[in-house]
Amino acid sequence: MAGGLTYTAVESTALSTAEYYGKALCELGDEHPEVVALTADLGKSTKIGMFGDAHPERYFNVGIAEQGMFSMAAGFAKAGCVPFVSTFSVFAALRAADQVHADICYQNANVKIIATHGGTSFGQAGSTHHAICDIAVERSFPNMTVIVPADGMETVNAVRAAYETPGPFYIRINRGFDRVVYDSSDYGFEVGKAITMREGTDITVIACGSTVFQACQAADFLGNADGLKVRVLNVHTIKPIDKEAVLKAVMDTRRVIVAEDHTIIGGLGAVVAEIIAEAGKGCAFRRLGLQDKFAPIGLHEDIMSILGIDSNGIIETVRDVMKMDFELDDNWDDEV
Amino acid sequence: MALTKQEWLALEEKANELRNLCLDTTHWAGSGHIGGGLSVMDMLTILYYRHLNIDPANPTWEDRDRFILSKGHAGIAWAPVLVSKGFNDPEQLKTFNLTNSKMGIHLDAAKVVGVDASTGSLGHGLPIALGSALAARVLGKDYWTYCIMGDGECDEGEIWEAAMAAAHFGATNLIAFVDRNKCMIDGPTEEVMKLEPFADKWRAFGFHVIEVDGQNINELDDAIEYAKTKAAGKPVLILANTIKGAGIAHIEGDYRWHYGAMDEASYKKGKDSLAQYYQARVARAEKEGK
Repeated sequence: MAGGLTYTAVESTALSTAEYYGKALCELGDEHPEVVALTADLGKSTKIGMFGDAHPERYFNVGIAEQGMFSMAAGFAKAGCVPFVSTFSVFAALRAADQVHADICYQNANVKIIATHGGTSFGQAGSTHHAICDIAVERSFPNMTVIVPADGMETVNAVRAAYETPGPFYIRINRGFDRVVYDSSDYGFEVGKAITMREGTDITVIACGSTVFQACQAADFLGNADGLKVRVLNVHTIKPIDKEAVLKAVMDTRRVIVAEDHTIIGGLGAVVAEIIAEAGKGCAFRRLGLQDKFAPIGLHEDIMSILGIDSNGIIETVRDVMKMDFELDDNWDDEV
Repeated sequence: MALTKQEWLALEEKANELRNLCLDTTHWAGSGHIGGGLSVMDMLTILYYRHLNIDPANPTWEDRDRFILSKGHAGIAWAPVLVSKGFNDPEQLKTFNLTNSKMGIHLDAAKVVGVDASTGSLGHGLPIALGSALAARVLGKDYWTYCIMGDGECDEGEIWEAAMAAAHFGATNLIAFVDRNKCMIDGPTEEVMKLEPFADKWRAFGFHVIEVDGQNINELDDAIEYAKTKAAGKPVLILANTIKGAGIAHIEGDYRWHYGAMDEASYKKGKDSLAQYYQARVARAEKEGK
């Protein structure tokens, strides 16, 4: 990646993911006078306000008015600016869905949406503030690139890539601190290319965002305790998806689990399911996430545990799926 | 500078040509949003033939004035203007609404040259225009951004989000219009969802409001000239009182002509009516022009 974006490991544990974003955006603003920033009274919460402190003349806080904000961003983009827009994921994806659809995606406007408080990361706020279907919505819009970074370093990479790549981006990050997956931004991040976090031949766990760290922990534990070789893929880019990496995992391991902080309907698990189904290559398969339910109120880590998308939940599901003897079973009675 | 009588008459001639082209297009397409198309035609005429600093030979010129038709369903009026200005092939009007045509009800910026924003979902145009106006400030450019809204469209909350923001950010390089034809799909605006006191609402949101007869090119011109002086020190809203279907007697003021079909008989009647209307408009310009 371009740019002098190397933070120390000390910094990486001291900064929230949104603070990484704020720093990265300030640097982009220093480098490029056409970068502008918009928020809807969430400058502090999303950390886009850091840009406002550095470049007040290019910072537009529109008040609590998300719909107008996304339309305005389209107007900025069409005039030659590169707007970064931040609000909570649930408002970006749902409240302003029509504006993002019609003004940004339909017109292929160069707008970068950095949506914070993704998934259930604002757990205590309840379902009005959980973004459980934002990935499903955003990935269904033509022209939109959708990225779910695993941590702060990956957020920096995604934000810079968004600037460098023309067209609409939806980048979903979490509230607060993420577990550190990368201690440097220099690990070969590329939009649309999955990253193999752990090599493995027995089973593959596909993850994005906060489940990447959990999947790695689960893989390490299962390697020691059960002698299993668990492959872990960080599929940070939901669209365009790395089809090749998914199909290679299917072919190599024949057992696939997807874990995400999202409803299983329309998210990463659904993307992977679509790829597997269209390839005609069967494999044992499970989607972990919200099972068509709203999430409970609570701490993010507790909700992840309840949903079974933390390391313990992933370990349990891996052991379960390892028991499946799908290749020798001709009996479809229990399937249909 | 106020219009001379000669300039006014020339604009009347152009507006007449465009009204006829709008009716022709509706006839070729079989149907269209002719009511709200004709009510907005004088605004389009004065903007495209007097004020907009644009270059049909260089449609994406970055210093051009921007125009956003927030009431995107008036594409049947806008398309004839864009053709007449030389942005698009006139033959395209004959394909309006047909499968695979570049021109549909709501003009697509990716397909129709000269369109700055693909509108149609109501309420979006004013905030898009505001973004464009604020971008001029960031980029150090002195272009103007114009936006025309429908009156029924102002039921949308997003319009008022943008109105509040336009005043807050002091967007004096934005000139907004409302085509106040007092009709919407299901009936008169005051019956479906009351807008009055409409001008007061805009004033309360921080706009300088100029009320004009939206079917009077001279009044429209004066209002735009005033807005461009920035003397009001705030964004300007030109509240244009118009007549739905202006120029075609048998559809004028009738909300049911929001969208309608023009058969042969109706079309012929419309052409005759437009000719008479033009004579009356010329007579007014002759009498009132200086």
